[in-house]
Amino acid sequence: MVLEAKNISFQYGRDTKQILENFSLRMESHERVGIVAPSGFGKTTFCKILSGYEKPDGGEVLLDGKPLSSYGRYCPVQMIWQHPEQVVNPRLRMREVLKQGDEIEEYIVEGLGIEEDWKNRFPAEISGGEMQRFCIARALGRRTRFLLADEISTMLDLITQSQIWSFLIGEVERREIGLLAVSHSMPLLESVCTRIIDLEHL
Amino acid sequence: MEEKKVILDIRNFSVSFEQYEKGFRKTGLPVIRNLDVTIREGEMVAVVGSSGSGKSLLAHGILGILPYNATMGGELVYDGELLTKERQKALRGNEIVLVPQSVAFLDPLMKIGPQIRKGKKDQASREKLNGIFEGYHLKNEVQELYPFELSGGMNRRVLVSTAMMGNPRLVIADEPTPGLHMAMVRRVMSHFRELADQGAGVLLITHDLEQALEVADRVVVFYAGTTVEDADAKDFRSEETLRHPYSKALWRALPQNGFQFIRGTQPYVKDLPEGCPFGPRCEWYTEACKGEISCREVRGGRVRCVRAV
Ligand SMILES: Nc1ncnc2c1ncn2[C@@H]1O[C@H](COP(=O)(O)OP(=O)(O)O)[C@@H](O)[C@H]1O
Ligand code: SF4
Ligand SMILES: [Mg+2]
Repeated sequence: MVLEAKNISFQYGRDTKQILENFSLRMESHERVGIVAPSGFGKTTFCKILSGYEKPDGGEVLLDGKPLSSYGRYCPVQMIWQHPEQVVNPRLRMREVLKQGDEIEEYIVEGLGIEEDWKNRFPAEISGGEMQRFCIARALGRRTRFLLADEISTMLDLITQSQIWSFLIGEVERREIGLLAVSHSMPLLESVCTRIIDLEHL
Repeated sequence: MEEKKVILDIRNFSVSFEQYEKGFRKTGLPVIRNLDVTIREGEMVAVVGSSGSGKSLLAHGILGILPYNATMGGELVYDGELLTKERQKALRGNEIVLVPQSVAFLDPLMKIGPQIRKGKKDQASREKLNGIFEGYHLKNEVQELYPFELSGGMNRRVLVSTAMMGNPRLVIADEPTPGLHMAMVRRVMSHFRELADQGAGVLLITHDLEQALEVADRVVVFYAGTTVEDADAKDFRSEETLRHPYSKALWRALPQNGFQFIRGTQPYVKDLPEGCPFGPRCEWYTEACKGEISCREVRGGRVRCVRAV
């Protein structure tokens, strides 16, 4: 499959600065693309647009030539957020959080090291690293075709980070899911990605 | 090379909590055990351990601000003398400053400016603070605001400014940069480095080994409540120069070394295995690992492992 952002322009409000201007990107599902840019450059904003959380002011996002909205309730382009606690309902137990997206296969939950008793807890009762694993699992629903990972491991310790990345790499390769990884760590992008885009020096 | 003067010597330090279980009083849940760290003048030492492993308690122990139900053991020697409660109180905020992990450490009822200047109103203090704020992209008006009026990231920069204000001899920075932009993280780190280069001792407590390796002189690896290795930052350039199997595992987990990871998780203090806390995950495990493991000198560093060479 092909994910295309065509001539995207975006600003958060009328009198605010232009964040993206006429920006285009094309990637295929066998690719793992890395994105680097300074903070505030618009990386998160771009991920939100690519996954349909934000509508661009100009341009369009197409998946195999069709707008995201034509794919039904579950968007095949899934985003994993830098601060996962912001996108999890605090009143749900983690077990329910997992069920909010598409059907998730059990081996994913296991592969990410999610323990059975974490599932009974509320978001406030688990650590950042545990939460991030749930959010990754939730983004890996059966119908996911592209995965956008926005600085997903900055808060994690090294062993957890490496567990998560080696699982993710295996999973996107096996299912041929396209991966877009945003990070400030060049060593990380170099070992994860097939191509790296520096937004600042396009 | 001349040995630099030791500022703080943490010897056999421990922190435990009183626990109540099923109505019975059960004392002593040891969260930190047998921890040794030495900080010299002009040196930046990073204590690296995963989140939630009790690293903040080390910071709070040094400053004498542990919660009431915590008991501290071991010795803290500051400037050659025992660091007593009285001395902690006298030095805290002057010679010894803390950059705390939580922005909740700011006084909610006090405006930012006076809070950081500690009431000092003289021209020099004002100018110094203005300069520090400028470096952290904080407008001077911020000094007239209360903490609740600032964003999380701004409060964090305010906390860091506190350490830059006086002339501290010892700075304890407890996860000082979460939520800050990368460029700001670099700036904060380089300011800590400057403080060290001017002769202060800096103890950086963090979960981020890569960040630690960029700035610190030495790295102390923290695992399951204790120090397992104390190494020169340069030792992290290769797996062979490291000593403890856990430090080696951290090295292999770095992205540039291929994300290889070890199974399992750090044990909670409640269910520590007998003998070496790393035992259940260790590929070198033998009979000898079942007893108490003491710290040894190996190749100029210190390691808590019977088989390290
Ligand atoms: N919800 C929002 N409302 C207004 N401005 C925003 C919002 N989210 C982000 N911004 C601004 O948009 C710019 C780009 O932000 P972001 O996409 O988060 O950048 P990056 O991910 O590259 O750090 C920043 O200046 C940020 O302050
Ligand atoms: S003491 Fe034994 S179990 Fe512990 S790290 Fe060394 S070899 Fe491994
Ligand atoms: Mg971002």
